[in-house]
Amino acid sequence: MLRYLLNRLLWIPVVLILLSLVTFVISRLVPGDPVKLAAGPQARPEQIEKMIEEFGLDRPLPEQYLRYMGGLLQGDWGYSIGNRRAVLPDLLTYFAATLELTVVATVFGLLVGIPLAVVAARWRDRWPDHLSRFVSIGAVSVPVFWIAIVLQLVFGQLLQWLPVSGRFDPRQSYPQSITGILLLDTLLAGNLSGFWTASRYLLLPALCQSLLVIALITRQLRGDLLDMLRKDFVMVARANGIQERILWSRYLMKNAMIATVSMLGFLIGFALGGSVLIEFVFDWPGIGQYATKAALLLDFQVIMGSTLFIGVVVVVVNLFTDLAYRLVDPRIRFS
Amino acid sequence: MRELLVDIKALSLEMVTLDGVARVLNGVNLTIHRGDLVGLVGETGCGKSVTAMSIPQLVPQPPARYSGGEVRFLGENVLEKSEEELRRLRSRHIGVVFQDPMTGLNPVFSVEQQMVDALLSKQDLLAATAWGRRWLPSSRMQRRHAQERAIALLRRVGIPEPEKRIHAYPHEFSGGMRQRVLIAMAIAGRPDLLIADEPTTALDVSVQAQILRLIAELVREIDLTVLLITHNIGLVAQLCNRIAVMYAGHVVESGPVRSILREPQHPYTRGLLQAIVTEKTRRGTLQGVPGSVPSLYEPPPGCRFAPRCREARPQCTAALPRSIQTAPDHQVACVLYEE
Amino acid sequence: MASSVSNPSSRLARWREDHASQLSDLRRGLFRFARNRLSLLGLWIVVAMLAVAVTGSTWVPFPGDTLGDVHMDNRLQPPNATHWFGTDDAGRDVFTRVIVATRTSFQVGLIILGVAISIGVTLGAVAGYVGGTPNQIIMRLTDVMLTFPGIFLPMALAAALGRGMVPAMLALSVTWWPGYCRLVEAQMLKVREEDFVAGARAIGASRWRVIFRHILPNTLTAIVVKASMDFGFAVLALASLGFIGIGIQPPEPDWGSMIALGRRFMPGAWWISTFPGLFMFVMVLGFNLLGDGLRDLLDPNATVK
Repeated sequence: MLRYLLNRLLWIPVVLILLSLVTFVISRLVPGDPVKLAAGPQARPEQIEKMIEEFGLDRPLPEQYLRYMGGLLQGDWGYSIGNRRAVLPDLLTYFAATLELTVVATVFGLLVGIPLAVVAARWRDRWPDHLSRFVSIGAVSVPVFWIAIVLQLVFGQLLQWLPVSGRFDPRQSYPQSITGILLLDTLLAGNLSGFWTASRYLLLPALCQSLLVIALITRQLRGDLLDMLRKDFVMVARANGIQERILWSRYLMKNAMIATVSMLGFLIGFALGGSVLIEFVFDWPGIGQYATKAALLLDFQVIMGSTLFIGVVVVVVNLFTDLAYRLVDPRIRFS
Repeated sequence: MRELLVDIKALSLEMVTLDGVARVLNGVNLTIHRGDLVGLVGETGCGKSVTAMSIPQLVPQPPARYSGGEVRFLGENVLEKSEEELRRLRSRHIGVVFQDPMTGLNPVFSVEQQMVDALLSKQDLLAATAWGRRWLPSSRMQRRHAQERAIALLRRVGIPEPEKRIHAYPHEFSGGMRQRVLIAMAIAGRPDLLIADEPTTALDVSVQAQILRLIAELVREIDLTVLLITHNIGLVAQLCNRIAVMYAGHVVESGPVRSILREPQHPYTRGLLQAIVTEKTRRGTLQGVPGSVPSLYEPPPGCRFAPRCREARPQCTAALPRSIQTAPDHQVACVLYEE
Repeated sequence: MASSVSNPSSRLARWREDHASQLSDLRRGLFRFARNRLSLLGLWIVVAMLAVAVTGSTWVPFPGDTLGDVHMDNRLQPPNATHWFGTDDAGRDVFTRVIVATRTSFQVGLIILGVAISIGVTLGAVAGYVGGTPNQIIMRLTDVMLTFPGIFLPMALAAALGRGMVPAMLALSVTWWPGYCRLVEAQMLKVREEDFVAGARAIGASRWRVIFRHILPNTLTAIVVKASMDFGFAVLALASLGFIGIGIQPPEPDWGSMIALGRRFMPGAWWISTFPGLFMFVMVLGFNLLGDGLRDLLDPNATVK
């Protein structure tokens, strides 16, 4: 276990260097334009010259990369060419919002997806299976930004049940930030009405984001369960007179849970991928929205920072998933 | 006369697959009396497992479909029983040991959890001690009792240091040890009948003998009645007192071991025995019987063995041969013995 | 002997005999596919969409509306007999634009997958066959590319390359290959250990011959299944970029940018967003249902039910 952990940790710097190389290459494909864009149409050539020098864009690429890497290691991720704010502190603030949305969406997706998968496997080739297949294929097929707009239209504008953009009611005082995660902050402060407000703002985006999770877990887990059903231990349990109900709720449920844990990193990665469009539609102040705005303004420092950051997040999530899997699966735990 | 435990009469079963309907069992007759050790032999795919698993109704339906006959266990037809009645039948009256011990235990539960659950289930206490009721003092007592019995059972089947080993997970056991655990679970409810479906095929040769010895010991100790499924007729000769030979979904010959080994009547049985004499270790291929097993989708008319039979006659393909008694308790289904 | 080989019907019979097990697998697969109504539905959707994509521009009612025509006197009309899906803020017929966008989507989807599969298969084949250091380099790069979730990477790349269809297409193509690379590499590793490849090598077949004649055909199935599922996702990704405002730009019709436009006129002119989205949903659904059915069909390990 310890050896495995060390092995994994040793790989991380290599992965991070590769991540940063990929993002660096992408962000330097267009070194000239963003500066012109930021300087404005009336900028004099000297001003543009000065800005190019300021961001080090006149230096050779390897040097630029090394300087950038040096900064990264010291916690300096550069600053936005547009609003001149440092990238890393902004990223951390936005990340709290993304994290909140993604965690809630993943939990929600698992709560719906796992039962759907179990029901599909239990009644294979009967209507619950067909239903779950249709739901999961439908959920990956629907354009997430479109369903987001449709939900906004129905629940926000027609029924007026839920707010459709932002993270908190602008008429109420914004909760004081402790963790940056509003649901936690309001609870910690004992602010129940704030918690309620934050939940209402969270509901629709989380619902949209959970669609992908539901789709993936349903298909994958159904297959895993069907594989398990072919194993002799199911026959043995039946031969021992264990009721179907207990076989499913006690035995196969644990197998299913372990299978789910092994998929968790993959699922969270997918949910994070969906955050770009969902945050854009719901005006949710997270990394996806930050990155989208940067992409539209060609703010290369922010593009690079947010892409790299999200890559690092996925690497960390995968690492934790692997560790969690190793903790829950007895086959690996003891070997 | 000893009590008639299992009485399978004219049992027919079909498997519905994409290639068509396979007529897997075609009028199978088989009786097991209390105290018998019956060896059910035949080539792979001849329907011996399906026949045996029909007794506790462990054949998945679909794809299987019973199309005729009955399976009486202690006088009652199991084909007509409800799911709950079948569950009771399995838990109290019939123990099953499967072929592959490697997948017979759930990898994510400890042996203790699985054995305790099996033991409680056989006493119909599992539902009452599971989930929310698990932490009631009475449930904990039941589970503790079950654990003690599980340890005793493990000791009986030859697991060293059972108090410690019971907490281990299946992957920490060797194949032979897992099969011992599975045998312990199967005999836990003192079943009337133990079905052992090729219990040693997946094991090393050295371990095979140990497992067989264990089964033989248990038979003497707790008066087990055993249905042993195998393709190894030598094994049957050592362990059993009766043999039933199956070919392509049909029991072609059955009787006492001695009678069959000394005077095999059916041409297929003769070929089978010859095959052992000529080449002991090779299985699946039959030296004494040329040709191959017929398709179950389009079985030949009449006796299914006729196309391979050296002594086939015109009337063989006319109708399914009747079962004829040729010696005391020795039946054969072949036209050679008619008239 | 020679005459029997040249006789076409006996050659066919021999071919059938040689490939009996594959044919039987295929027959089972087709049977399963045909029995599954959802897969058939997917097939019909794909066929219908393909027909729309190929012929659409010839029969749409207002072909000019995809080329820059504006009819300011006719803007924001709700769905009616002339404009089935209503009109947008410049008076353009939404139905016409939705239909014509189908062709663009098909074309771009094909190009994206074509480029991605070429890159991925080549790299995967090299990595899987050569092994050693090249394998390490290629597969680590693949891992890293797969680390970036969703459209983060294509979005960054498309933004860097500039707006429009070509940059978006390019960005998606060069970020889409890692899945195929990993697939082919894994298949190669699996297949090269199998008997028939070892056999081919033992009788002295050359390296490349082994790859092209023996290994790649065996991975083809997996690639086809993945591609049929991916096609829908490629169309979605392209529309996503259009929606953000980085991909295809108006007046060129694109489902994503049409949905983005309609958002500005919500909830009054709901039709501008709703119909393109619905159309895209149906198309992607069709490809996914088809892909799911194909996976069952072509997977020889799938159990017979």
